[in-house]
Amino acid sequence: MSYIHNIGAYFLMIKEMFRKPTKWSVMRGLIFKDIDDLIIGSLGIVAFISFFVGGVVTIQTALNISNPLIPKYLVGFATRQSVILEFAPTFISIIMAGKVGSFITSSIGTMRVTEQIDALEVMGINAINYLVFPKFVSLMLYPFVISIAMFLGILGGMAACIYGGFSTLDDYITGVQMDFIPFHMTYAFIKTFVFAFLLATIPSYYGYFMKGGALEVGKASTTAFVWTSVMIILLNYILTQMLLS
Amino acid sequence: MIEVKDIYKSFGDHDVLKGISTTFEKGKTNLIIGQSGSGKTVFLKCLLGLFIPDKGSISYNGHDYLDLSDDERSDLRAEMGMVFQGSALFDSMTIAENVMFPLKMFTKQSKSEMQDRVNFVLKRVNLADAHKKLPSEASGGMQKRVAIARAIVNKPKYLFCDEPNSGLDPKTATVIDNLIQEITQEYDITTMINTHDMNSVMEIGEKIIFLKDGLKEWEGSNKTIFKTDNEAVTNFVYSSDLFKRVQKMYLEEDM
Repeated sequence: MSYIHNIGAYFLMIKEMFRKPTKWSVMRGLIFKDIDDLIIGSLGIVAFISFFVGGVVTIQTALNISNPLIPKYLVGFATRQSVILEFAPTFISIIMAGKVGSFITSSIGTMRVTEQIDALEVMGINAINYLVFPKFVSLMLYPFVISIAMFLGILGGMAACIYGGFSTLDDYITGVQMDFIPFHMTYAFIKTFVFAFLLATIPSYYGYFMKGGALEVGKASTTAFVWTSVMIILLNYILTQMLLS
Repeated sequence: MIEVKDIYKSFGDHDVLKGISTTFEKGKTNLIIGQSGSGKTVFLKCLLGLFIPDKGSISYNGHDYLDLSDDERSDLRAEMGMVFQGSALFDSMTIAENVMFPLKMFTKQSKSEMQDRVNFVLKRVNLADAHKKLPSEASGGMQKRVAIARAIVNKPKYLFCDEPNSGLDPKTATVIDNLIQEITQEYDITTMINTHDMNSVMEIGEKIIFLKDGLKEWEGSNKTIFKTDNEAVTNFVYSSDLFKRVQKMYLEEDM
């Protein structure tokens, strides 16, 4: 029963997020602050992970191609496909569920524990719109982060390929450019927008409706991470089935 | 004026409020007292609209809160100021930004007008030099004064305080009590204070409601509470040695 209750409460929260908007002059500041916290603040870790995981994908692909008849440019091709289709949108989103998601849950949860949300409600402010909507808007810039992840993943692969001596730069670039299907980018960005919505709303839900003290804030952050990851994986499967098969 | 008629509130099987009726008058400090678990906080949250009572009515100047539309409720809430037990200051904002927040949300004042009002209110609570501090850099007493400044900055008609003295030393607690009473009289607002601090009862209790097990057990003022023969009230009031001595003093006065 509690699952059904949670699902219902989650959708009611989303409805409430668009109702009775906060004054634009205040909301603007909140959006810029959340862009700084959630998007700009994540670039460093996303860049670091993308570059090195791109490198690892390349090395593993190259080491698994033992047949001399398979052309070397396939390393670049496989890296591009892995990075664009799966690694950048999905793997990075799960990392973001940990980084951004736990930040959102703990910051909103702490506001709940310290009665700051009650203070907003007493003032007649729609606390859900005030707290969740700016996060939702700022995470609509999340595809920008994923674009950087895609670029750096392929760049990291290139660096690993050349410095590891697995193929030449020309072979790698030929592979990256080979049989490129533009719809794969559309597919990746559709997934990214859906994941951005989940990243903004599921952790907010667990923060906003948490009960208890500091210990429960930690528990809520963990639960939010688990459910955000589960939903990302599940919707990844559904969207892939719908868009690619 | 706030008129409460026969309100009930339960959480699951637990009946917290069991039919409370009373009125809170304008320009007076109204105290809600009682032991922990007596229903004070739930009662205050019902008055604020944070909890909706299961039964009964709460009227603000003749308008039943429960009959108001969402927008009318929001407008009414903009006329309320609240001082939370833990101050509930927004920790990402400076003290001046905390105080300015209701003005930013509900008025169309220019930045300089808002700044002037914030300066005035912070000066009123003796925090003229604390503008740029973060709440985490302020002491408990300062945080309470900032919370009071934030609650009154938009000139509310109703001021609610949930245990404003908890965690404060007796001297600071008295300063906070006096500040609340002065503001109540100065702005002619209806003030409700939820407390179990007997010093507050003695100092500023113009009207006192004593709650016990979700029921209104007694109603009076700081003039009458020390002379009542209600056993539950006397047990509560004279539970400390200090007040036992006060009781003795009153009895000697009567003789």
